[in-house]
Amino acid sequence: MKNFFCRTAILAATLAGSSLAQSGGELRFCLRADPKTFDPLRVEDDNSETVRYITGGVLLRVNRKTQELSPELARSWKVDQQGRRITFHLRTGLSFSDGTPFTADDVAYTVTRLMDPKLHSATADPFRSSDAPPQIAVTARDTIAITFATPISGLERLFDQVAILSRHSPKKIAAVMGPFFVSEYKPGVEIVLSRNPYYWKLDANGQRMPYLDRIRLQIQQNRDMELVRFRRGELDLINSLDPEVFEQLARQSPESVSDAGASLESEMLWFNQVPTSAIPAHKREWFASQDFRRAVSEAINRADLVKLVYKGHAAPAAGLISPANKFWVNRSLAPHPFDARSATARLVKAGFTSHSDGLYDRAGHRVEFSVVTNAGNKTRERIAVMLQQDLEHIGIKLNVVTLDFPSLIERMTQTFQYEACLLGLTNLDLDPSAQMNVWLSSAADHQWNPNQKTPATPWEAEIDRLMRAQAAELRLAERKRLFDQVQQIVWEQEPFIYLINKNSLMAFSPQLRNQAPAAIQPQAYWNIDQMKKSTLVAGR
Amino acid sequence: MLEAPLPGGRGSVEPVRVSAASILLAEPRPQGSGMTKLAEIILVVLLTASLAIGLVPGASYSHQNRDITAAAPSLKFPLGTDDLGRDRLTRLLYATRISMLLAATAAAATIALAFLIGGLAGYYGGLCDRLIASILDLMLSLPWLFLLLAVRALLPLNASPVTSLIATYAMMAAVGWAAPARIVRAGVRNFRHSEFVLQARAQGCPETRVLLRHILPNLRPVLVAQFWTAIPVFILAEANLGFLGLSASDPFPTWGTLLKELQSPLLLRPEAFAPAVAIAVSLLCFKLITPWGGSQV
Repeated sequence: MKNFFCRTAILAATLAGSSLAQSGGELRFCLRADPKTFDPLRVEDDNSETVRYITGGVLLRVNRKTQELSPELARSWKVDQQGRRITFHLRTGLSFSDGTPFTADDVAYTVTRLMDPKLHSATADPFRSSDAPPQIAVTARDTIAITFATPISGLERLFDQVAILSRHSPKKIAAVMGPFFVSEYKPGVEIVLSRNPYYWKLDANGQRMPYLDRIRLQIQQNRDMELVRFRRGELDLINSLDPEVFEQLARQSPESVSDAGASLESEMLWFNQVPTSAIPAHKREWFASQDFRRAVSEAINRADLVKLVYKGHAAPAAGLISPANKFWVNRSLAPHPFDARSATARLVKAGFTSHSDGLYDRAGHRVEFSVVTNAGNKTRERIAVMLQQDLEHIGIKLNVVTLDFPSLIERMTQTFQYEACLLGLTNLDLDPSAQMNVWLSSAADHQWNPNQKTPATPWEAEIDRLMRAQAAELRLAERKRLFDQVQQIVWEQEPFIYLINKNSLMAFSPQLRNQAPAAIQPQAYWNIDQMKKSTLVAGR
Repeated sequence: MLEAPLPGGRGSVEPVRVSAASILLAEPRPQGSGMTKLAEIILVVLLTASLAIGLVPGASYSHQNRDITAAAPSLKFPLGTDDLGRDRLTRLLYATRISMLLAATAAAATIALAFLIGGLAGYYGGLCDRLIASILDLMLSLPWLFLLLAVRALLPLNASPVTSLIATYAMMAAVGWAAPARIVRAGVRNFRHSEFVLQARAQGCPETRVLLRHILPNLRPVLVAQFWTAIPVFILAEANLGFLGLSASDPFPTWGTLLKELQSPLLLRPEAFAPAVAIAVSLLCFKLITPWGGSQV
């Protein structure tokens, strides 16, 4: 009898445990600040993007793991008329989070609103191939065709960012098609997202997703506090970790951290080549010299940067596209090797002479310049100090200047009062057309010499030509070939000296299940509708 | 050399010879306290060690031993190495030299400014006093940290680490004179109608001479106390700026820049607290050696 009770108790406990593991629960993590908007079509900041990603239902989604496009609210799609028209066949019988039925009318409403110039939507920018609005034809309750005035390369992937709104719901933007909806917002404190009871996805067992009941997004600017709270078990995940924090967490509980490999983030150095800037002419001459830039690049020990600053959680960078971007990266390019001798030889070839007290140019100017970076960023400050020692070996004196971020941006974009700059770049979009604002010589974000009326150098003219050509090309292989050439030119000329590609580092509570860390944003919670929280694991 | 009267005595206008340096460095200071002696010894040892480090062959505050990063304390590196492999002890001693000497220099400059401006206000009174008093109120009410941030951002980018550091202390001196100036002003106002000043005036002594020869020596206790009080204030101010990344630029070490390592308290090793301990100890020592413990100023 006693044995029977024991077995029953064990069975009951097992069942209870199993049930708990499957139950919803609450997921908690931090946002750095309040979202600037809950309107999914007006998102411009990371915090709003997080809310949009979790609440917004999209027609097509880029799978963050495979980087392939997968159908969501649309069950199929077709691009034709040389990339001008896209036709979606929608899933039927779906509803918004308030129960309002979802139809092609809602897609038409969303696209019309998105393309309204008065909305000033950043999400709409990649769709704006001309001033003419797109033609939208709802041919059935579940079919819609959208025709743009001119071809748009990679058109279908752009819909990953477009969260569908309801035309008829009285709740307007609060009615969503994503796995969760915003149920509570306390400014400066937290946002509570509740499970969408009408979410359309079912798992393999026919159970309606998502599994979690709630997500609590807590506003926490201080990253140290975020870490403390994670260690106390008050948070379930950290989407992005510094390498040293990662290492420390890994020592304490290796199962709680994850390195998903190369991310789309890189760190780079560039020289100011703006002809009207106030820097001395002889320095502008150095900075315009390909040999000088290549020499600086070769004098930098990227392996040491990876080892000391990133604790091994990064890789030396070869160029503008990270290996995380599986399709578009030009794999024939390798990072410039660390070679101080070769660097010195290049400098001698370019007319510089090395003396006991440093390097001098032809006119007898000591080679010395300053690099600006943002104050408070410990990683960049360390990189800058390491560059100081590396460049000292080839006789270059580097002064490191840290500035508050607004001052830095003002110098970079308006006054151009800087000599070199050390900053990072994050590509949110895998498609190269998203980088037109950087690579076209006429672009404002062409940082080393922005807003050029005509390209200042033949290689910049060639990049302009290739970028425009790839944007107008619809054959993927040909686009890839053209963009590979852009990467090759950038690798040779080094207007940006790419230093490292960071890895994507994150932390998960041991209670979380089904996490699938990815290299591209949102790395930790891109499959949030599949994530579960178990209460079987005792609090840490 | 300045000539100063013996203070206090009726009609005591006999000048005594006092050097300018002795105004700040000499008496009065409470004598005989064991703690005070200990504080003086600690400060002297700290300063001597910080000056001597420059004589040690191979001691570099900037050299990165990239194969020995974040090393624990050892015989070769008694305080270990930092994340870039730099010797913590060498950096701490260089930082001690820089922070203490520059803080003392800035304090002296501040006291000079305070005497000049406070002295003018207190001595001449009237419109001059009201005008300077208003400026003092304004100076004391403004958030100077923001000015320091702005001026620091306006420095030429190619300013060397030494220049940026001197500029930082110069700015601190330039904005730090208001509080001691107010005290000097009050002191000078007290002396303005004293008998020895009236007598000096009656004898046709020029105003500047009265101020410098007769009033300044009598203000010496106030100025000395203000000087010793200002040094730790400037040390703390630099530590704040350095913690925010707005003091000396890399690789130059100051106590403030070394404190930046404490920004991630969860990642710290015990030896990373050495700069904080050095600051705390030196502040305590300055407090002890300040006349009247700095409390009656």
